[in-house]
This record gives sequence, structure tokens and C-alpha cells, in this order.
Amino acid sequence: MPAKNKHVITTEKLNLFYGDFQALRDIDLAVSSHRITAVIGPSGCGKSTLLRVFNRINDIVEGVRITGKVFHGSDDIYGPDADVDSIRKRIGMVFQRPNPFPLSVYENVVFGLRIHGRVDKSVLDGIVEESLKSVLLWEELKDRLNRSALNLSLEQKQRLCIARSVAVKPDIILLDEPCSTLDPMATLKIEELMVELKTKYTIIIVTHNMQQAARVSDDTGFMLLGDLVEFGKTSQIFTSPKEKMTEDYITGRFG
Amino acid sequence: MDAKKSQKIAFGVLLATTLAVVLPVLFIIMIIIKEGITAINWRFLTTMPSNGMRSGGIFPAIVGTIYLVLLSVAIALPVGVMAAIYLNEYAKDNILTRIIKLSIVNLAGVPSVVYGLFGLGLFVIFLKFGVCLLSGALTLAIMELPVIITTSKEALSTVPLSFREVSLSLGVSRWQTIRYAVLPHALPGIMTGTILSISRIAGETAPILFTAAAFYLPRLPGSLFDQIMVLPYHLFIISTQIPNMPSKSTYGTALVLLILVLMMNFTAIVVRTYFRMNKKW
Repeated sequence: MPAKNKHVITTEKLNLFYGDFQALRDIDLAVSSHRITAVIGPSGCGKSTLLRVFNRINDIVEGVRITGKVFHGSDDIYGPDADVDSIRKRIGMVFQRPNPFPLSVYENVVFGLRIHGRVDKSVLDGIVEESLKSVLLWEELKDRLNRSALNLSLEQKQRLCIARSVAVKPDIILLDEPCSTLDPMATLKIEELMVELKTKYTIIIVTHNMQQAARVSDDTGFMLLGDLVEFGKTSQIFTSPKEKMTEDYITGRFG
Repeated sequence: MDAKKSQKIAFGVLLATTLAVVLPVLFIIMIIIKEGITAINWRFLTTMPSNGMRSGGIFPAIVGTIYLVLLSVAIALPVGVMAAIYLNEYAKDNILTRIIKLSIVNLAGVPSVVYGLFGLGLFVIFLKFGVCLLSGALTLAIMELPVIITTSKEALSTVPLSFREVSLSLGVSRWQTIRYAVLPHALPGIMTGTILSISRIAGETAPILFTAAAFYLPRLPGSLFDQIMVLPYHLFIISTQIPNMPSKSTYGTALVLLILVLMMNFTAIVVRTYFRMNKKW
């Protein structure tokens, strides 16, 4: 079976409610493997909520209710037999604000591994090197692995957070507005990194920055008020959108 | 009156009332030190009382106090921290949770002599432990619980939500997340609260009056079911029950108790300052 263009995340009639408020409406979406899928839309449209459905991190919010189906490959991740922890191991997440633990660079990268029982020093050393290399941070930090991660620059912190996710070897990485606290130069570097990473991982990124979506993504979905208005190849969405709403948004008429 | 003048008067009054708060503390400490310091020597701290407690030392009372306090903390700390974890990390906002929270608040407001009677009824009589170290420690543990739960809960809630989210997003289970991503960062706060609760109960007399304290014991406690001598109760006895008690011994005992409690408070402050300096999120 060809690995490319296989659908790794599929949703069917996905609805999500926070108490009485419906945040997602009948979302049908299929995310292809080893591509960058961007979800864009104005604030409050439900794009972050959608992303947080994929690794079930929304579970910790009180009063969340979900109907419909979400598949990771062929596994129903909200099914009765779903193992939340192993889903999250396979679907990593990087958050909006760079949020390393107040630990050393090394301990940040191995945080998940240590708890998952990998304690062999040489194995951990290898994974730290590999993970930091994959986010292009190894050369900068190889002599500072035992320094606190809190002293890094914002961009380095965000790379470290990506490395921390990569270290547990997921196959999908969810990025929730990963550049919103970074300056334009740092943003550009993280974007280059994403393109680098898609050879190994499937990437889903939520962003309110349309240029960013246009620059890095292969597929784009546009959301508005909980609806997935349009989903397609990025080149098509940004040049010849089918929906009037999408066109209005990407041409800056609202948002 | 012009604005400047009235301001001067207002500030003067404020300063005076503030000083009025400080003065009693200073007086208490000064008088106790002045009257008691001469009583304190190595013999006073390390020997048994003799001659109907009029001479000799207060060694068994110091040892008893330390045993009692340590045992009560050993009981209250795990229970309190686990309750705090439950309330902060797991509990949903429902009737049961609200009842628990209300109980904790009320527990903190119960007069200490009522704890003493409760301990007498439950531990000494009903559970047949008798008047002993264990009964006293259990009674004090219940008294400490509200403080430990409240401060631990506070410490847990100051750990950023993002620590939990990150940990969970790495496939770490909820319990492991609490164990490895939350608890270590809440520990300083929990420790501070615990030390403060110790200093609070170290001076309590009423709860141990019927549950643990002995008038006089010629030996140190050998088991959990022995009675003990304790500093606050010893102080009460020698100041009210013993005729011709040399006052310097009374003040000396008070001074020892005071120093013990101040030392604990000081430790709490040091711990808190140390961890605050190293905390950067």
C-alpha cells in the first residue's frame, strides 16, 4: 500500500459541544499522510478545537461532548476500546506558547520517554541527539544540554517543544498556531522546519496567518463559526476558491 | 484644616496603630527572653524534671513535643496531599465536591478544645487507644488537615495548565502527569504549608489535654501507646498547678517552646524564598 496520500485522519459528521454551545458542526475531513494540512479561519471559528479533537486533549475540558466519528488510520479514536494515552503517543501536539518544562534541555526532550519506561542512558542520548537534529537545534545546543530550557530564545524553545513531541515518535504532529508568539524571522525558520518534517510526519497546523498557510501547506481547510466551509489543495483554495465565504476571507474582506 | 496637615495626622495615626501591632509581639519576646534566658542551659534541656518539677530539666517534654508533631504530620501530610490532588485534579464541580470543600472550611473553624473532646471520644475511648502518643497525634492530624489541604491545593493550582497539557499530549497518563509534571512543581508550596501547620499545632494544648499529655513521666515514651509529656501542657501545669515553682523555669520552658515554633516558621520562610528564587514560569 503506498504510504503517500493515504488518509491518516478522517472525521465523519463530527460535532462538538461545550455545554450548550456547539463549537464544531458536521465536520467531514480527510487529512493525507506526509503532507502539511493547514486549518485557517477567524478567531473563534473552532479551528483549535478541531485540532484538539485529534489527540483527545479536549477530554480534560469539563462539559465537552462529541458526536460523530474520528479515525486515525482505521482506529476509531473515540471508540469504546480507544486507548487515549497511546493515541496521544502517536499524535503529538505543539502548543501556541512555547512551553518547555523548567528542566534542562535534555530532560525536556526525554520527559515522555522516561515516563514511558525508556531509561537506558545510551538509548536516551541517541534519541536526544536525533530529536534535536530533526528540529535543527543540535548544533546550537549540543554543549548546553544540561542548561535550563527556560534560558533559550523563544524560537529555540518552540523548536525544543517540537523535539519533545518528536522524541516519543508520533506519526502525526499537531501544531496549534506555533508561530503566533514568534517574530517574522523565527516564524520563517519554523516554517522551513515544517517542510523538512513532513518527509517523516504528517503535519496539521492551525493558523490565523493566511500567508503562512499559503507558504507551507499542501492542503487547506477554511473554517467559519464551527463549519468547515471548504477544504482542498492549498493552491486551489488560495487561487480559485469555490465558496464565496472563502474568497471573502482570503482576500481580507473580513477576519 | 488644610490637606497637608490632615495627611500628616492620618499618616501619624496609621503609623501608631501599626506600631501597636508590633509592640505586643516585641514585649512578649523580650519578657520571655529576659525572664527565661537564665534558666536555659544544657542541663535544663537534657535532664528529667525532679523535685516535683521544681528543678531539673524539661527533656521529656521537648522529646514528647517533637514525637507528637512528627507523628501527626506523618499522618496528616499524605492524607492532606492526596485529598488536595483529588480536589484540584480530578473532582468535578458537583454537590459532593462542594460538601467536601465546605467541610474543610468548617474543620478549620472548629475550636481546638472541641478537637480534644472529639479525640477523647473517638481515639481514646471508642477505639481504645487510651491516652497516648498515637491518640494525640491523630487528633492533631485532623486539626492540621484543613491547612495542609488548602495550601497543597493552592500550590497545585499554581502549576500552569500547560504543564498538564504538554505531558498528556506526550501520551503520559493522567496519574503519571500529576506525579511527574505537576507534583514536583507544587512541592515547595506544599512543604511551606506543612511546616506552617506544624508550627501552628506545636503550641496547641487543648487537643492533647485529654488525648496524650501526662502530668509527669519519669521516662521517655517507648511506644505509640505511651503517654507523653509535651511542652505546652507542661507549661500550663508548672504555671498553675505547682506551688513555689521558680518563675525562671516557667519562662525558660516558654522560651524553648517559642524558639521551637519560631525555628519552624523560619524554616518555612527559607524554603519558600529558596524555591521562589528558582521558579521562573
